[in-house]
Parts: sequence; C-alpha cells; structure tokens
Amino acid sequence: MQLLCAIERSRAVSATTSVTARRRNAPWAALVPMALTVLVAYLGTTLWSLRVSLTSSRTFPNDDFVGLAQYQRLFENERWILALQNLAVYGVLFILACMVVGFLLAVFIDQKVRGEGALRTIFLYPYAMSFVATGLVWQWVLNPGDGMQRAFRQMGWESFTFEWIIEQDRVIYTVVIAAVWQASGLVMALMLAGLRGIDEDIWKATRIDGIPPWRVYVSIVLPMLKSTVATVFVLLSTGVVKVFDSVVAMTQGGPGTASDVPAKFIMDHLFGRANIALASAGSIVLLLMVIALVLPLMIARNKTSGGGGHA
Amino acid sequence: MSLKKLCAVAIAAAIPLSIPAIANAQGAKAEVIHWWTSGGESAAVKTLADAYRSAGGIWVDTAVALGEQARSVAINRIVGGNPSTAAQFNTSKQFLDLVEQGMLNPIDEVALRDGWDKFLPETIINAVKVKGHYYAAPVNIHMPAWIWTSKAAFKQAGIAAEPRTMDELFAALDKLKAAGLVPLAHGGQSWQDNIVFTAVLTNVGGRDLYLKVLRDRDAKAIQSEAFKSVLLTFKRLQGYVDKGSPGRNWNDATAMLIAGKAGVQFMGDWAKGEFALAHKEAGRDYGCIAGFGPAAPYIIQGDVLVFPKTSNAEQIKAQKLLATVVTAPATQVAFSAKKGSIPIRTDVDSSKMDICAQQGIAIMKDKTRQLGNGEIYLNPDQNGALSDILTNYWNRNIPVEKVQRDIAAALRN
Repeated sequence: MQLLCAIERSRAVSATTSVTARRRNAPWAALVPMALTVLVAYLGTTLWSLRVSLTSSRTFPNDDFVGLAQYQRLFENERWILALQNLAVYGVLFILACMVVGFLLAVFIDQKVRGEGALRTIFLYPYAMSFVATGLVWQWVLNPGDGMQRAFRQMGWESFTFEWIIEQDRVIYTVVIAAVWQASGLVMALMLAGLRGIDEDIWKATRIDGIPPWRVYVSIVLPMLKSTVATVFVLLSTGVVKVFDSVVAMTQGGPGTASDVPAKFIMDHLFGRANIALASAGSIVLLLMVIALVLPLMIARNKTSGGGGHA
Repeated sequence: MSLKKLCAVAIAAAIPLSIPAIANAQGAKAEVIHWWTSGGESAAVKTLADAYRSAGGIWVDTAVALGEQARSVAINRIVGGNPSTAAQFNTSKQFLDLVEQGMLNPIDEVALRDGWDKFLPETIINAVKVKGHYYAAPVNIHMPAWIWTSKAAFKQAGIAAEPRTMDELFAALDKLKAAGLVPLAHGGQSWQDNIVFTAVLTNVGGRDLYLKVLRDRDAKAIQSEAFKSVLLTFKRLQGYVDKGSPGRNWNDATAMLIAGKAGVQFMGDWAKGEFALAHKEAGRDYGCIAGFGPAAPYIIQGDVLVFPKTSNAEQIKAQKLLATVVTAPATQVAFSAKKGSIPIRTDVDSSKMDICAQQGIAIMKDKTRQLGNGEIYLNPDQNGALSDILTNYWNRNIPVEKVQRDIAAALRN
C-alpha cells in the first residue's frame, strides 16, 4: 500500500513538473512554424540560389558545377555594371531626398497647421498607390511629346525643356523623382509620430532659452529621433535594393539599358532569357550588398543601446 | 522507346488513324496555356477552340497575359507535376531545354501521318524537330520585319511611289522630315530596336550574312565590312525618329501611321490588327513591304504548341487531336486571318486573306527566301545579350567597331 502511495505521489510530482515544462516550452512551440518558415523559406532558398549560381543551369537547375564562372560573366557584363551604378545613384539620392522631404513635411505639419488631417492624408496618399500606376502616370507627365513639357509650351513658355526621361545620363533621376514623390509621405508619417513623442517641456525650455526653432529641430529634436531615422533608413534601403516595378512601369530599363537596375537584370535572365544560374549569381551579389550595408548598422545600434536593444 | 519501335508504332497507327482518330477522341479534354490575350489574338484563339470542339474535344482555355509569364506558368506546372495538355511557345529554342530534360511528349505519329516534312518550311521543321522527333505543333508564321508606310503621310510629303530599295527608303524619310512629319514611327524598346536591326540585316546584309552572323555566329562575318555597313545603316535610321520615341509601345507607333503623322514603321505583321481596328485597308490606306528586291529574305517566327510529358492515355489522345486540328488547312486560314499572321503551309486557299498576307504566302513558296528570326538560331541568353548591345548602340553614341567586338564576344559562348 505504502509503495503504491509512493508511486502515486511521485507521479503527481512528475505531472506538475511536466505541466510547468510544457508551459515553459509553449512559446517556443508557437514559434516553431515561424522558425521553420525562416529556415526553409528564407535560408533554404538562399542556399539553393547560391548552389544554382555555381552551376551552368539554364531553364532548369542542374548539377554541372562551374565554380565562379557565372560571377565572372556577371561582372564582365556592361549591363550589370550599369545596373549597379544606377542602383547606387538611385539609392543615395532616393534615401537622402525622402529623408529631407519627409522630415520637412513632418515639421510643417507639426506646426499645428489648420487642416492637418487632410494634409496628412494628401501627403501619405501616394504611398497607397501601386508603383505600377505611379510609374505610368509619371511616364506620361515626363514624356516630352505629350506631358508636362508640352503643357508648359502650350501655356506660352516656348523654351521650356525637360527631357530627362529620354536622356541616357539623366533618366535614372526621373525614377528617383517618382519614387521620392511616392515614399516621402511614409517618411513624413513616421517622423511626425516621432516628433509628437518629443516632450513638450523640451520645447518650453528652449523657448525660455531663446533658441530659434530651426536650431531646436536640428540640434535637439533630430538627435532624439535617432531610432526613428534608423527605422526609416532600413525601410527605404530595402525599397532601394528591390526597386523593379517603378523602372519597368516608367522606362522598361530604357532608353536602351540606361535605367536598368539589378532586380530587372535578374528577372530578365530568370525568365525571359532562361539563365537561372546567372540570375541567381546576381541575386546572391545583391544579398551580399544588403548584408554589407545593414550589418554595420545593426552592430552600431546594438552597441549604443547596450547590446540588448531593439534592433 | 527506340526509334525503330516508335516508327513501327507510328506507321501502324497511321493506317487507321486518319479520320476515325477524330471520332475516337470523343470528349478528349485539352487544357491549353497561351498568351493570346489581346482583342485580335483572343478572336484568333477562339478559332482554334472552335475547331477543336467540332473535332469532338473539350477545350479548356488558360490564357496568361505576356509570353514570358505564360511560359513560366507552363514550365512551373510541368516541374510541379501538374502539366497542362498543351502550352504555347514561340517557334524558337525556348522549349529546347524542356525537350532535353525529357519533359515533352513527341507527336511523331501525327507529324508522320500528315506528312509535315512535305509542307512545313524547313526553318520551322528545324525548330520543332529535335533529334528526329517532332516536339511541337506549329500554329502560324509571323514575319517580324515588315516595313509599313502611311499613304496619307506619303501624299503629304509628295512621295509618289513606295520605296523599292534602301536608298529610296532614305530618300522618302528625308522628304517626310522636310514636310514636318515624323519620318520613322518607332517605339524605343529593345525588342523593337531588334526588329529594325533584323530588317536592315536582311535588306542590306542579305541572306548569307544573316545566316553567318545569327546561325553560325561567325566572328569573321561579324567583324566584316558588310556587317559594319549593316550596323551603320541601322544607326542611321535612328536619326529619323522623334523625341517621344523612347519607351513608346509599338501600337502607339502604328497609330502615328494611321493618323498620317508619321510615314514609316518597321514592325511585324501583327500591326495589321491595329490598321484593321481603325478600318484602314492594305493597299489603299497603308502599304506593306516585305523586303526590297525579289530575293529579299522572309523572316519566319511564330507560335507553336508543345505537349508536356504525360502517360495518361486520355491526355495523349487529346494532345494528338490538338496537333492534328491546329495544323489542318481550314484552321490555319481561319486562325491567321484573325491573328494577322500567315498559315504554316502554302497549300491553302489564300484568296480571302488581305494583300499583305497573300504577298507573304507568295514569297514563302520560294524556299531560298525563308529565314528564321534570331530566336530560332540563338538561345534565349545569346539573343538577349545581342539585343542589349543593339539597343545600346541605337540609343548611345558608340563606335561601330566596339559594337562589332561586343557582338562577337556575346555570341561566342
């Protein structure tokens, strides 16, 4: 009898431990699907692309490994080099312009202007539109034959000329203009949220000290918005690397290949040109570039927030 | 299956198959993936569906806009193990990888029974026949390098006759320019630049140079003076386009001819669809020139149906019926009349087709004038690389010698 009791008691004990264990493991169990998604869908496909990029695959993946030949071919290709240059120009200008325009819009709205709600909607509205539609509209606006140029000339400004979209060396700037028009509203919304989080007392203190408002924005508010700025930067950067739809809608990479970007190069080779090995090599290069850009930023942020931050 | 066995099967099958085959295929369900989605194209594909239905089959239409998209859907479904009965490809090397991976069913039985070798142009046979087996049923022939002229614009510029040589064409372009019209209506997209190049290569370079460059990828021919003058003529044409040209769609360029604002366009015979929509008539409102001189090559491109591998007897029956129906003379004429193309065979009644199509069919009867387009000789990758170089040359000031070097390098591998 005693033995039976002992067994019973030990069972009860083990049951309670297993309940606590289960409770402790529950969050991890809930994360398993996500972890699997990351491992299989992201990491797995990345490794698969890496593998394909080392082969001579055309329409279908094959096992004929050719080392780095695809990468060599990639960097001997003038179109790819041009696409990378365009990406750099586009990236720097797009991020800078979005930040500046978005911040200025946020500051403007932060002045407690009348009709704030309406203005906020207007500024944010372009972001709600698909870039295919945006790109098409901008293509019409910038077309020298029947867009803005013709409108100005008909209004009497005969010498008005704005033909960047057909100029080899300037066409990429038109893509920047359209993209900034679309994305700066989002930057404004994020910056405005940041501005609204600034303690009112700081403003009172600076007013007592007689510091001009612009100085407060630049020297006090902006540094306080550091994490917002970093978030915006990361958001915009991912937008830069994957830029594709705007170029396709606006210029199709033209005139010639003047406004080509890496994502378009990759898509062209992946499907139209049945060369998945070269396309994979291109996407691996893009991934390396993203890592090279984002990693230092993440390390820096981790350091400043004492290692346990929210990066 | 060995070739001998296959031939035996094919011959055995051929005897009773000719007419009863159609009756046997009652209710054979065929799903066809294609990208015939525009107005004229969907009217054309409807003629195929109707013909297939009246042969007793059930047509299931899977239209996917844009060729690239449609082809990748077809390939993904083959790889994923759920292939369609048939899929549209261009008459080219696009489906060669599928053949090499053993992912397509050959349709030798139909081809041998109907005697495809007897009526198909050699260029098409070379594209659909791989290592002795037929892997695709040709649907139509498009000629991408027609020269279209606007009679209204020509009249306004005081040009009496249609140009008959390249020099006369340039003279006409100069007159159009002097009259304040857009001489050359061109859509500055790389594939359209490529069409202009193809037209110049056939009309200035001629058949031999064409084959040496695109089929043999002969570096010596690419570096030759003859090819240099082709490139220079191509570049010279660029001087006749308007500023709105970059990025323009081909049909917008055709619209300029229809409105009489522009004089000349290089474009495939699908442009006839645009003229027809605007109620313009060939010969009265617009002119069509297949090439200069009686020996000018006629470029062949077009569409085919391929038949993904399956062991399902019903599906194989449907595939054979499809191959039979789409190549039949009556279907051929009905389809091409709507599509703006010409039939794959010249033994058809062309009297109801427009004068441009009749001109094309007449030229096709001369085998020495038939040539494939770049896609037939080059794989998609080489073709793409060539197109990048040409579109850059069209748009930028690049020394012609560098272009020759670049082309030779791009076609080497």
